[in-house]
Amino acid sequence: MDELEAIKVTFFQECEELLADLEGGLLAMQDGNDDGDTVNAVFRAVHSIKGGAGAFGLEPLVRFAHVFETLLDALRSNEIPGTPDLTALLLRASDVLADHVSAARGLGVVDMDVSAAMAAELKIATDPNAAPAPVAAAPVEAAPQYVDAAPIVIGADEGLDDDDLGFDFQPMTITLDAQAADAAVLDGNVWTVSIRPKSDLYRKANETALLLRELSRLGPIQATLDDSALPTLEFIDPEAAYVTWSVRVETDQGEDAIREVFEFVDGDCELEITRGEAPVAEVLANLLDVTAPASAPAAIEAPVEPPVLAAAPVTELAAPAPAPAPAPVAANAPTAAPAAPAAKPAQIDVPGPGQSVIRVDPERIDRLIDLVGELVINQAMLAQRVGEYGIAPSSNLAMGLDELEQLTREIQDSVMAIRAQPVKSVFQRMPRLVREVANMTGKQARLVMDGENTEVDKTVIERLADPITHMLRNAIDHGLESPEERKAAGKNPEGVVRLAALHRSGRIVIEVQDDGKGINRERVHSIAVKKGLISPDLTLTDEEIDNLIFLPGFSTADKISDVSGRGVGMDVVKRSVQALGGRISITSRPGLGSTFTLSLPLTLAVLDGMVVDVAGETLVIPLACIVESLRPKAEEIRPLGPSGHVLAVRDSFVPLIDVGLTLNYRDRSPAATEGVVLLVEGEDGSRAALVADAIHGQRQVVIKSLEQNYQQVEGVAAATILGDGRVALILDVDAVINLRRRGPPPPSDPTLIAAE
Amino acid sequence: MTRTVLTVDDSRTMRDMLRMALAGAGFNVVEAVDGEHGLEVLSAHRPDVIITDINMPKLDGFGFIEAVRVDDDYRAIPILVLTTESDPSKKQRAREAGATGWIVKPFNPEKLVEAIRRVAA
Repeated sequence: MDELEAIKVTFFQECEELLADLEGGLLAMQDGNDDGDTVNAVFRAVHSIKGGAGAFGLEPLVRFAHVFETLLDALRSNEIPGTPDLTALLLRASDVLADHVSAARGLGVVDMDVSAAMAAELKIATDPNAAPAPVAAAPVEAAPQYVDAAPIVIGADEGLDDDDLGFDFQPMTITLDAQAADAAVLDGNVWTVSIRPKSDLYRKANETALLLRELSRLGPIQATLDDSALPTLEFIDPEAAYVTWSVRVETDQGEDAIREVFEFVDGDCELEITRGEAPVAEVLANLLDVTAPASAPAAIEAPVEPPVLAAAPVTELAAPAPAPAPAPVAANAPTAAPAAPAAKPAQIDVPGPGQSVIRVDPERIDRLIDLVGELVINQAMLAQRVGEYGIAPSSNLAMGLDELEQLTREIQDSVMAIRAQPVKSVFQRMPRLVREVANMTGKQARLVMDGENTEVDKTVIERLADPITHMLRNAIDHGLESPEERKAAGKNPEGVVRLAALHRSGRIVIEVQDDGKGINRERVHSIAVKKGLISPDLTLTDEEIDNLIFLPGFSTADKISDVSGRGVGMDVVKRSVQALGGRISITSRPGLGSTFTLSLPLTLAVLDGMVVDVAGETLVIPLACIVESLRPKAEEIRPLGPSGHVLAVRDSFVPLIDVGLTLNYRDRSPAATEGVVLLVEGEDGSRAALVADAIHGQRQVVIKSLEQNYQQVEGVAAATILGDGRVALILDVDAVINLRRRGPPPPSDPTLIAAE
Repeated sequence: MTRTVLTVDDSRTMRDMLRMALAGAGFNVVEAVDGEHGLEVLSAHRPDVIITDINMPKLDGFGFIEAVRVDDDYRAIPILVLTTESDPSKKQRAREAGATGWIVKPFNPEKLVEAIRRVAA
């Protein structure tokens, strides 16, 4: 059943898409942007989920989807009016539906009370006059789609096969004359079926010959044709039906089985099913008719039209056997024969859904990316070896290597592009979060999203959801005011939270902006002092105060709220973001709102870095942080405090940080004038001058996690393997700046050995 | 001779299910994602039987069936309608449009193949 499992995976993927379509459509309706098709698309989404769920027997999901679908059907056929309240209900229902899908997938459980309550609400909305359906009514909805065969209105059916045939056809009154009833007593296995097709039967591409073939599967048949109504050739309407069949069937399968053969032509032919032999006189009359004229017109009319051609296979079918489908060749001919002029040749090339997209196992791509990473390292090693031989840069070898480097880079970019995905997959979960948080906190919030199609590597996508969730929660819970407060402040009672993604200088930036009250700086400051996080006499800029909320142990909420206070503060968010080489910061304007800015590298697989030497160790500094490199002159360096120094860079002073000292590579700094200074900028915009001994150059490095292979080390973001095969640490610039701010590290810090 | 079945459904899951059942029974399967696409695939592949969903974007099942039935080249092709509805009015509408028969979802593979056999020459 592997194939079925694979389809199930597809189904859940499709569900994700459909749920996104559903939500997107409902949001469009909410904003009043729906065209006529939106409600249809919304209906289809639920309908398709139900259809697939039915195929996999996911009963609770089917049941809920059915109730949901019924309401949408009423809405789209204008039986009930669309109102903002209804849209809000539909949105909440879509959340419950999403829960059902997750539960069906084995991810989480559905709160059945919530689901039942929602189903009841949906039913009331569908039909306000109906009494609120008790919860127990739900299973009735789920009754198998196969309706029991309607009881046949017939006198002598006690002995009939009563099997549920699984089809819901209409009851049909059968008249039984006395003779037939007598015959039934004589021979219970013989039936006479009289079929008089109407032209509609043929119009729907049904076919008498096939009906006879089906009958012959029940047992031996003898078919006789009554063509007395057939006009002469010149009066024949090729689209009309003229003949009547009388078929003697010998079967022990009962009337239901016979009737089932005619299920699809119900109403398109006059059908009589009687037990026993047809009256002898009638049969004889028919036989007499058949022997001479019937076959003749059939042969003549062969090239005309299928309806009349139904007469053709008569002789074959008369054979009393469950014959292998006799191919009614003549009937087929009109369909197959005319070599269809390719009506729309241009459209033949339209790719089918399976042709335009290749689905690849992500593991294969991951493997490819790993291999390309090795290739990059290898290429760097080769370049370094060649360099060691002192080969002139203009030589063919060096130029060839340059080209190789170029190619390697392009391959790497292309491979990374394969794995890149739009952030949409994360963003689309957020409207629901906003609704829920707003409900829980009694705020009114509208989410506006921007840049959902911004692409970023899969490794990053997976790590975006948590921080975005936290930022949004925070924005609604702490940022937005209550509707009353907003009204009092002259604002729209509904707050707006904007979630945006964009690319900026080789990184992905996520912004969460609210139009709330902004950070209460006085309060933040006093709390930080009270909690001993900062010393009371410290003067801080507004920006620094805002960012105090990221300090461990900080929480401004008077009481731990349901929403933000889930034991995870912004400090944890900040740390997890930093662990990815990302930064998070906040800016705020009192009364106007706050903006969280999160930036992450586009990929967690490679990094452009500057390779430097510090106290005999090789380090990599992310290029994105470096503003410029310079060799300081002695007069530009000024002492500050007992041991600190600052560097005058143009008109400002920046703290001078010796990387070797910060990371405990050495006990005392050499004179900064001996080394090279790299002017770096942290995520919060603060600048520092990092002192290194020498610069080796710029290089793309493949990131290897230090945490996974060793442990987290303060001041170090990750590690890499250099061209010469040695391990080098990648510096966490922000951490180094902060380490320095907080003073020299405690002596217990482990000494870093890069070659560990 | 291998028979070709055209399946028209906007749900990938349903197309995959149909493909599995039909390919397993020895049919050649071609697919389309909606009625419009169905008409294009129709001209390219000339299927022996068509199975179509009703609710689809662009051109729904009713419209698709009608379009097939007015084309002299295709009107004799049997069309089975997939329907989840126990709603007889939808089935009736599909029949009026010219559907040859119907398959109630969720279908089991045997029932599906059985239905095709019943309508396919």
